[in-house]
Amino acid sequence: MDLIVNGEARRFERALTAGELLAELELDPRAVVVELNRRIVRRYELGETQLDDGDCVELVHFVGGG
Amino acid sequence: MTGVLDQPLAIGGHSFRSRLIVGTGKYRSNATMIAAIEASGAECVTVAVRRVDLDRTKEEGILHHLDPGKYFLLANTAGCYSAAEAVRYARLGREAGFNDFVKLEVIGDQETLFPDVAGLLAATIELVADGFKVLAYTNDDLITALKLEQAGCAAVMPLASPIGSGLGLLNPYSIRTIKTRLTVPVIVDAGVGTASDACLVMEQGVDGILMNTAIAEAEDPVVMAAAMRRATAAGRLAFLAGRMPRREIAFPSSPTKGMAG
Repeated sequence: MDLIVNGEARRFERALTAGELLAELELDPRAVVVELNRRIVRRYELGETQLDDGDCVELVHFVGGG
Repeated sequence: MTGVLDQPLAIGGHSFRSRLIVGTGKYRSNATMIAAIEASGAECVTVAVRRVDLDRTKEEGILHHLDPGKYFLLANTAGCYSAAEAVRYARLGREAGFNDFVKLEVIGDQETLFPDVAGLLAATIELVADGFKVLAYTNDDLITALKLEQAGCAAVMPLASPIGSGLGLLNPYSIRTIKTRLTVPVIVDAGVGTASDACLVMEQGVDGILMNTAIAEAEDPVVMAAAMRRATAAGRLAFLAGRMPRREIAFPSSPTKGMAG
Protein backbone atom coordinates (compact mmCIF):
# COMPACT_ATOMS: atom_id res chain seq x y z
CA MET A 1 0.00 0.00 0.00
CA ASP A 2 1.07 3.60 -0.58
CA LEU A 3 0.97 6.08 2.29
CA ILE A 4 2.19 9.59 2.94
CA VAL A 5 4.03 9.34 6.26
CA ASN A 6 5.26 12.62 7.74
CA GLY A 7 5.09 14.18 4.31
CA GLU A 8 7.06 11.41 2.56
CA ALA A 9 5.63 8.87 0.10
CA ARG A 10 6.19 5.38 1.50
CA ARG A 11 5.27 2.00 -0.01
CA PHE A 12 4.51 -1.06 2.12
CA GLU A 13 4.18 -4.63 0.92
CA ARG A 14 0.81 -5.25 2.54
CA ALA A 15 -2.16 -3.39 3.96
CA LEU A 16 -1.39 -2.25 7.49
CA THR A 17 -3.26 -1.12 10.57
CA ALA A 18 -1.98 1.99 12.36
CA GLY A 19 -0.46 -0.28 15.00
CA GLU A 20 1.28 -2.39 12.37
CA LEU A 21 2.68 0.75 10.74
CA LEU A 22 4.34 1.72 14.03
CA ALA A 23 5.77 -1.80 14.38
CA GLU A 24 7.01 -1.70 10.78
CA LEU A 25 8.81 1.58 11.51
CA GLU A 26 10.08 0.28 14.88
CA LEU A 27 8.32 3.04 16.81
CA ASP A 28 7.09 2.72 20.39
CA PRO A 29 3.31 3.28 20.47
CA ARG A 30 3.58 4.65 24.02
CA ALA A 31 5.81 7.52 22.87
CA VAL A 32 4.34 8.31 19.44
CA VAL A 33 0.99 9.79 18.47
CA VAL A 34 -0.62 8.76 15.18
CA GLU A 35 -2.71 11.28 13.29
CA LEU A 36 -4.58 9.78 10.32
CA ASN A 37 -5.92 12.26 7.77
CA ARG A 38 -5.91 14.97 10.47
CA ARG A 39 -7.74 12.80 13.04
CA ILE A 40 -5.91 11.51 16.11
CA VAL A 41 -5.93 7.73 16.45
CA ARG A 42 -6.22 6.93 20.15
CA ARG A 43 -3.78 4.32 21.47
CA TYR A 44 -6.51 1.76 22.06
CA GLU A 45 -7.70 2.20 18.45
CA LEU A 46 -4.29 1.56 16.84
CA GLY A 47 -4.82 -2.18 16.31
CA GLU A 48 -8.24 -1.85 14.75
CA THR A 49 -7.55 1.19 12.56
CA GLN A 50 -7.02 -0.07 9.02
CA LEU A 51 -5.01 2.23 6.75
CA ASP A 52 -6.01 2.83 3.13
CA ASP A 53 -4.01 3.65 0.03
CA GLY A 54 -3.24 7.36 -0.12
CA ASP A 55 -3.80 7.97 3.58
CA CYS A 56 -1.83 10.81 5.15
CA VAL A 57 -0.26 9.76 8.41
CA GLU A 58 1.55 12.07 10.82
CA LEU A 59 3.70 10.48 13.52
CA VAL A 60 4.67 12.93 16.26
CA HIS A 61 6.28 12.84 19.67
CA PHE A 62 7.67 15.16 22.35
CA VAL A 63 10.96 16.92 21.69
CA GLY A 64 12.81 19.62 23.58
CA GLY A 65 11.06 22.99 23.50
CA GLY A 66 10.40 26.12 25.49
CA MET B 1 14.04 26.72 49.17
CA THR B 2 11.28 29.26 49.85
CA GLY B 3 8.92 26.59 51.18
CA VAL B 4 8.80 27.77 54.78
CA LEU B 5 8.09 31.38 53.83
CA ASP B 6 5.88 31.00 50.76
CA GLN B 7 2.85 29.12 49.41
CA PRO B 8 3.07 26.63 46.55
CA LEU B 9 2.18 27.74 43.02
CA ALA B 10 -1.30 26.44 42.13
CA ILE B 11 -2.33 26.26 38.46
CA GLY B 12 -5.49 24.55 37.24
CA GLY B 13 -5.81 22.46 40.39
CA HIS B 14 -2.18 21.34 40.30
CA SER B 15 0.30 22.48 42.93
CA PHE B 16 4.01 23.13 42.30
CA ARG B 17 6.61 23.80 44.98
CA SER B 18 8.82 25.72 42.56
CA ARG B 19 7.71 28.97 40.96
CA LEU B 20 10.21 28.42 38.16
CA ILE B 21 9.11 26.54 35.03
CA VAL B 22 11.82 25.65 32.51
CA GLY B 23 11.95 24.69 28.86
CA THR B 24 13.84 21.75 27.40
CA GLY B 25 14.90 23.21 24.04
CA LYS B 26 18.28 24.28 22.64
CA TYR B 27 20.52 22.34 25.04
CA ARG B 28 23.86 21.18 23.71
CA SER B 29 23.29 17.69 25.10
CA ASN B 30 20.55 15.76 26.84
CA ALA B 31 22.83 15.15 29.83
CA THR B 32 23.31 18.92 30.26
CA MET B 33 19.56 19.47 29.93
CA ILE B 34 18.78 16.95 32.66
CA ALA B 35 21.46 18.35 34.98
CA ALA B 36 20.23 21.91 34.38
CA ILE B 37 16.59 21.02 35.06
CA GLU B 38 17.69 19.28 38.24
CA ALA B 39 19.70 22.36 39.32
CA SER B 40 16.77 24.69 38.53
CA GLY B 41 14.54 22.91 41.03
CA ALA B 42 11.65 23.13 38.52
CA GLU B 43 8.93 20.51 38.68
CA CYS B 44 7.12 21.65 35.57
CA VAL B 45 8.99 21.54 32.25
CA THR B 46 7.81 22.43 28.77
CA VAL B 47 8.11 20.22 25.71
CA ALA B 48 7.24 20.64 22.02
CA VAL B 49 5.40 18.32 19.62
CA ARG B 50 7.21 17.51 16.39
CA ARG B 51 7.37 14.84 13.70
CA VAL B 52 9.28 11.68 14.47
CA ASP B 53 12.37 11.56 12.29
CA LEU B 54 11.76 8.33 10.39
CA ASP B 55 15.41 7.90 9.45
CA ARG B 56 16.81 8.36 12.97
CA THR B 57 14.16 7.17 15.35
CA LYS B 58 16.30 5.87 18.18
CA GLU B 59 16.75 7.90 21.36
CA GLU B 60 15.42 11.04 19.78
CA GLY B 61 12.20 11.62 21.71
CA ILE B 62 12.59 13.53 24.94
CA LEU B 63 10.78 10.84 26.94
CA HIS B 64 13.94 8.75 26.58
CA HIS B 65 15.62 11.30 28.84
CA LEU B 66 12.94 12.94 30.97
CA ASP B 67 11.02 10.87 33.49
CA PRO B 68 7.35 11.86 33.29
CA GLY B 69 6.92 10.41 36.78
CA LYS B 70 9.36 13.00 38.11
CA TYR B 71 8.47 16.08 36.06
CA PHE B 72 5.14 17.58 35.04
CA LEU B 73 5.38 17.80 31.25
CA LEU B 74 3.69 20.89 29.83
CA ALA B 75 3.22 20.54 26.06
CA ASN B 76 3.45 23.72 24.03
CA THR B 77 2.10 24.78 20.65
CA ALA B 78 5.28 26.61 19.65
CA GLY B 79 5.62 27.22 15.94
CA CYS B 80 1.86 27.51 15.35
CA TYR B 81 0.73 30.58 13.43
CA SER B 82 -3.05 30.12 13.52
CA ALA B 83 -5.68 29.19 16.08
CA ALA B 84 -6.58 26.04 14.11
CA GLU B 85 -2.97 24.87 13.99
CA ALA B 86 -2.47 25.55 17.70
CA VAL B 87 -5.64 23.62 18.58
CA ARG B 88 -4.40 20.70 16.48
CA TYR B 89 -1.01 20.70 18.22
CA ALA B 90 -2.62 21.01 21.65
CA ARG B 91 -4.64 17.86 20.96
CA LEU B 92 -1.56 16.00 19.68
CA GLY B 93 0.28 17.05 22.83
CA ARG B 94 -2.52 15.85 25.08
CA GLU B 95 -2.48 12.48 23.33
CA ALA B 96 1.32 12.24 23.56
CA GLY B 97 1.40 13.35 27.16
CA PHE B 98 0.07 12.80 30.59
CA ASN B 99 -2.23 15.74 31.39
CA ASP B 100 -4.67 18.19 29.83
CA PHE B 101 -2.49 21.28 30.33
CA VAL B 102 -1.22 23.19 27.33
CA LYS B 103 1.15 26.11 26.99
CA LEU B 104 -0.74 27.83 24.21
CA GLU B 105 1.22 29.85 21.68
CA VAL B 106 -0.29 31.38 18.57
CA ILE B 107 2.53 33.32 16.97
CA GLY B 108 1.74 36.33 14.80
CA ASP B 109 5.12 37.42 13.45
CA GLN B 110 8.31 35.55 12.59
CA GLU B 111 10.71 38.33 13.48
CA THR B 112 9.45 39.18 16.96
CA LEU B 113 7.54 35.96 17.70
CA PHE B 114 4.90 38.21 19.24
CA PRO B 115 1.58 36.47 19.80
CA ASP B 116 -1.44 36.86 17.52
CA VAL B 117 -3.83 37.79 20.31
CA ALA B 118 -7.01 37.36 18.25
CA GLY B 119 -5.92 33.84 17.28
CA LEU B 120 -4.82 33.17 20.85
CA LEU B 121 -8.22 34.09 22.22
CA ALA B 122 -10.04 31.98 19.60
CA ALA B 123 -7.83 28.96 20.33
CA THR B 124 -8.28 29.44 24.08
CA ILE B 125 -12.07 29.40 23.79
CA GLU B 126 -11.99 26.20 21.71
CA LEU B 127 -9.51 24.41 23.98
CA VAL B 128 -11.23 25.40 27.24
CA ALA B 129 -14.48 24.00 25.80
CA ASP B 130 -12.57 20.80 25.03
CA GLY B 131 -11.46 20.44 28.66
CA PHE B 132 -7.94 21.82 28.41
CA LYS B 133 -6.19 23.77 31.15
CA VAL B 134 -4.84 26.61 29.03
CA LEU B 135 -1.70 28.56 29.96
CA ALA B 136 -1.66 31.29 27.35
CA TYR B 137 1.55 32.93 26.18
CA THR B 138 0.60 36.53 25.48
CA ASN B 139 2.04 40.02 25.22
CA ASP B 140 2.13 42.44 28.13
CA ASP B 141 -1.27 43.94 27.29
CA LEU B 142 -3.76 44.16 30.16
CA ILE B 143 -6.88 44.05 28.01
CA THR B 144 -5.81 40.85 26.27
CA ALA B 145 -4.86 39.34 29.62
CA LEU B 146 -8.33 40.16 31.00
CA LYS B 147 -9.99 38.61 27.94
CA LEU B 148 -7.87 35.47 28.30
CA GLU B 149 -8.88 35.16 31.93
CA GLN B 150 -12.52 35.63 31.02
CA ALA B 151 -12.17 32.94 28.34
CA GLY B 152 -11.19 30.46 31.04
CA CYS B 153 -7.38 30.33 31.00
CA ALA B 154 -5.83 28.48 33.94
CA ALA B 155 -2.92 30.94 33.80
CA VAL B 156 -1.99 33.97 31.73
CA MET B 157 1.64 34.25 30.64
CA PRO B 158 2.75 37.69 29.47
CA LEU B 159 6.22 38.09 28.03
CA ALA B 160 9.03 40.03 29.69
CA SER B 161 10.55 40.63 26.22
CA PRO B 162 10.65 38.62 22.95
CA ILE B 163 11.23 34.86 23.09
CA GLY B 164 14.93 34.03 23.13
CA SER B 165 16.00 37.69 23.21
CA GLY B 166 17.45 37.82 26.72
CA LEU B 167 16.47 41.51 26.91
CA GLY B 168 14.99 41.14 30.38
CA LEU B 169 11.87 42.81 31.76
CA LEU B 170 11.04 45.67 29.38
CA ASN B 171 7.83 46.87 30.99
CA PRO B 172 7.54 46.25 34.73
CA TYR B 173 4.51 48.52 34.94
CA SER B 174 2.48 46.40 32.49
CA ILE B 175 3.38 43.17 34.23
CA ARG B 176 2.50 44.64 37.63
CA THR B 177 -0.81 45.93 36.33
CA ILE B 178 -1.72 42.56 34.80
CA LYS B 179 -0.88 40.82 38.06
CA THR B 180 -2.93 43.30 40.08
CA ARG B 181 -6.00 42.96 37.89
CA LEU B 182 -6.12 39.20 37.25
CA THR B 183 -7.33 36.49 39.59
CA VAL B 184 -5.74 33.51 37.79
CA PRO B 185 -1.98 32.97 38.17
CA VAL B 186 0.27 35.25 36.10
CA ILE B 187 3.44 33.55 34.88
CA VAL B 188 5.95 35.71 33.04
CA ASP B 189 7.09 33.72 30.01
CA ALA B 190 10.05 34.58 27.79
CA GLY B 191 12.73 37.23 27.62
CA VAL B 192 14.85 36.92 30.75
CA GLY B 193 18.60 36.79 30.16
CA THR B 194 20.21 36.42 33.54
CA ALA B 195 19.44 35.99 37.23
CA SER B 196 18.78 39.67 37.99
CA ASP B 197 16.08 39.67 35.29
CA ALA B 198 14.33 36.73 36.94
CA CYS B 199 14.59 38.41 40.33
CA LEU B 200 13.15 41.67 39.00
CA VAL B 201 10.28 39.78 37.34
CA MET B 202 9.38 38.02 40.59
CA GLU B 203 9.64 41.29 42.53
CA GLN B 204 6.66 42.55 40.49
CA GLY B 205 4.51 40.09 42.43
CA VAL B 206 3.76 37.59 39.64
CA ASP B 207 3.11 33.97 40.52
CA GLY B 208 5.90 32.40 38.54
CA ILE B 209 8.33 32.59 35.66
CA LEU B 210 9.02 30.41 32.64
CA MET B 211 12.34 30.41 30.82
CA ASN B 212 14.39 28.33 28.42
CA THR B 213 17.08 30.14 26.46
CA ALA B 214 18.58 32.03 29.41
CA ILE B 215 19.56 28.68 30.90
CA ALA B 216 20.17 26.60 27.77
CA GLU B 217 22.40 29.19 26.11
CA ALA B 218 24.40 30.19 29.17
CA GLU B 219 28.04 29.19 28.97
CA ASP B 220 27.38 26.84 31.87
CA PRO B 221 23.66 25.97 31.82
CA VAL B 222 23.77 23.98 35.06
CA VAL B 223 25.28 26.85 37.06
CA MET B 224 22.87 29.34 35.45
CA ALA B 225 19.96 27.06 36.34
CA ALA B 226 21.10 27.12 39.97
CA ALA B 227 21.34 30.93 39.77
CA MET B 228 17.82 31.17 38.31
CA ARG B 229 16.44 28.97 41.05
CA ARG B 230 17.84 31.30 43.69
CA ALA B 231 16.92 34.49 41.81
CA THR B 232 13.31 33.33 41.40
CA ALA B 233 13.09 32.52 45.10
CA ALA B 234 14.85 35.76 46.11
CA GLY B 235 12.56 37.92 43.97
CA ARG B 236 9.50 36.18 45.33
CA LEU B 237 10.59 36.64 48.94
CA ALA B 238 11.49 40.29 48.32
CA PHE B 239 7.99 40.84 46.95
CA LEU B 240 6.39 39.11 49.93
CA ALA B 241 8.62 41.05 52.32
CA GLY B 242 7.54 44.39 50.83
CA ARG B 243 10.35 46.72 49.86
CA MET B 244 11.22 49.95 51.65
CA PRO B 245 10.06 53.21 50.06
CA ARG B 246 12.30 54.90 47.52
CA ARG B 247 13.70 58.25 48.72
CA GLU B 248 15.50 60.96 46.83
CA ILE B 249 17.65 61.83 49.88
CA ALA B 250 20.05 59.89 52.06
CA PHE B 251 19.01 58.81 55.52
CA PRO B 252 21.71 57.64 57.94
CA SER B 253 21.66 54.05 59.09
CA SER B 254 23.65 54.79 62.26
CA PRO B 255 22.51 57.03 65.15
CA THR B 256 23.13 60.73 64.61
CA LYS B 257 23.27 61.26 68.39
CA GLY B 258 26.02 60.07 70.73
CA MET B 259 28.99 60.97 68.59
CA ALA B 260 32.17 61.37 70.70
CA GLY B 261 32.90 65.05 71.30
